[in-house]
Amino acid sequence: MSKIRTYIGEIANAVKMVIKGLGLSGKHLRKGLKPNEPLGIESDRYFDQNQGPITIQYPAVRIPVPDTGRYRLHMETEDCIGCDKCARVCPVDCITIETFRADGDLGKTSDGTIKRLHLPVFDIDMGKCMYCGLCTTVCPTECLIMTKVYDFSEFDRDNLVYHFGAYSPEQEDKIREETLVALAKKKADKTPKQKPKKRARPVMKRKPVKPIESTEEKKEGDDDA
Amino acid sequence: MWELLLGESGPLIYTMEFPPQILQILILLGFIAAYALGAVYAERKVSAYIQDRLGPMEVGPYGLLQTAADIVKLLFKENIIPAAADRKLFVIAPIIIFTSIFAGYAVIPLGPSMVGASLNIGLLYLMAAVSVDVIGLIMAGWGSNNKYAYLGGLRAVSQIISYEIPAAIALLTAVMMFGTLNLSELSIFQGFHSPEKVFFFGVWDVTEYGGVLSWSIFRYPHLLIAYLIYFIASLAECNRSPFDLPEAESELVSGFHVEYSGFRFAVIFMAEYANMFLVGILAAVVFLGAWNTPFPNFIAIDPKTAAEMSIGELFGNWQLGYLTSGTAGTWGFALWGAFWIILKAFFAVFVQMWIRWTLPRVRVDQLLKISWKVLTPVAFVLFIISGIWKLLEVYGHLQ
Repeated sequence: MSKIRTYIGEIANAVKMVIKGLGLSGKHLRKGLKPNEPLGIESDRYFDQNQGPITIQYPAVRIPVPDTGRYRLHMETEDCIGCDKCARVCPVDCITIETFRADGDLGKTSDGTIKRLHLPVFDIDMGKCMYCGLCTTVCPTECLIMTKVYDFSEFDRDNLVYHFGAYSPEQEDKIREETLVALAKKKADKTPKQKPKKRARPVMKRKPVKPIESTEEKKEGDDDA
Repeated sequence: MWELLLGESGPLIYTMEFPPQILQILILLGFIAAYALGAVYAERKVSAYIQDRLGPMEVGPYGLLQTAADIVKLLFKENIIPAAADRKLFVIAPIIIFTSIFAGYAVIPLGPSMVGASLNIGLLYLMAAVSVDVIGLIMAGWGSNNKYAYLGGLRAVSQIISYEIPAAIALLTAVMMFGTLNLSELSIFQGFHSPEKVFFFGVWDVTEYGGVLSWSIFRYPHLLIAYLIYFIASLAECNRSPFDLPEAESELVSGFHVEYSGFRFAVIFMAEYANMFLVGILAAVVFLGAWNTPFPNFIAIDPKTAAEMSIGELFGNWQLGYLTSGTAGTWGFALWGAFWIILKAFFAVFVQMWIRWTLPRVRVDQLLKISWKVLTPVAFVLFIISGIWKLLEVYGHLQ
């Protein structure tokens, strides 16, 4: 009798399980007909969409990225004073900066800092960048920022190097030449009037070094022995 | 073209006069190929929605042309025959697999009078023809000379032996009630044109109400369980999950057809989907009222009176059954019938897909247990119930 009960119980259990499973997958099937909207984290309903297909048909449909997204670097060339801080702080050395001295001031940046250096080369290799954001933190004029552009893959690796330098190579040669000429002229004008001053230097007095017999070393030596 | 031999009343044997027989075969082949494309697409969509994905979306609107693109790709691929394979068996196997399934369609009424061969032994022929399929499977498994394919072939055989029995007994349960193996006759018995009176649950005369009330699963309620048994067994017959042991992807890569590529693979694939449709349509014919409409009339009016009524009058009298099955002997009747039976078969195919993406695969021992310890005894019990019911009917103790 108990065997028959087990037999029927097993069948009933199996039927119950199958119906439950079909109900669950049927629920998903039903929800599947209404795809989710591509909502960004800024939307109030972002956490409400917990049912239905989660696929985003990427290039056609994109989830909005907040304006504060930290992806591709961007540099405002006009605001850069060429201080080289960003290149130094970069952990992966993806920023290359070349500057040369300008003849006088080159104007002011948008926050009022005076620009004194020409900036022929300011290259950022986004292929190397690790998106740590240190360069944007150290930038004194806040000309280097991270943007919300994240899809910028290229077929040629060289295209990942972004050139933010102020001049094209031809312009650069011309400006460099002009500046050198102007500077040389100024120097020539100034040199006879100026006397080279001796700069004051701090004098270091060295103390004689005494040979100190450390007691601790001795003790250690004893232990070894 | 189609000649509709639909008499006024009484037992009707629907025959089809459609001169070039080869054309019928080509139309059916085209239909099955088109259906297989659609079914593969549907399978991918159903699985995607169940798994919270979108499925194919890129090729054509909503990815509708994805399977067409796939089949073009398959046709252009190289037909690889492994060097160590048994060349003859390897080449013949896909042909046998598809032909045996396709042969089954010969006796299927795809609508009133739309039947290739209205055989007296239609159901027996169908069961026999479809069983040949497994010979193709084992030829593919053995001929590939691959351990996975071999295991898949072995499993296919052990499975078919287990599952043919409950499937056949479940079908016989219904056949016993109607007393015919002719699938066209079985169809007629379940609708308005039934030569006998139709009794809902064996007590309520619903001959003129028709619709879902006159389907065999409602005329004889024990056939509902028989239908479930046949459905479960048919899953195993078409090697569908949860009984897809012969092609268990996770264990046997893809089982018996692991070595097939290109066109031969496409043929095996098409055969699998054709088989799903075939068992769906057979279940519809035997249990779900064949090509008869599911809508009943709400007021009983006999077919002769109804045939003279206009559509407006039929609608006014709530004659949904007559409205959705057309007047006997017209094109509308044939097309409504084809529509309903194909819809029923598609529903069965959809449920097969739904089950595939819900249930995990059973082990071999579980499969044998389900077959021999559950389905077979229950099918036999139903078989006996059918016999007793029929005896009571004959001796007039019922009705």
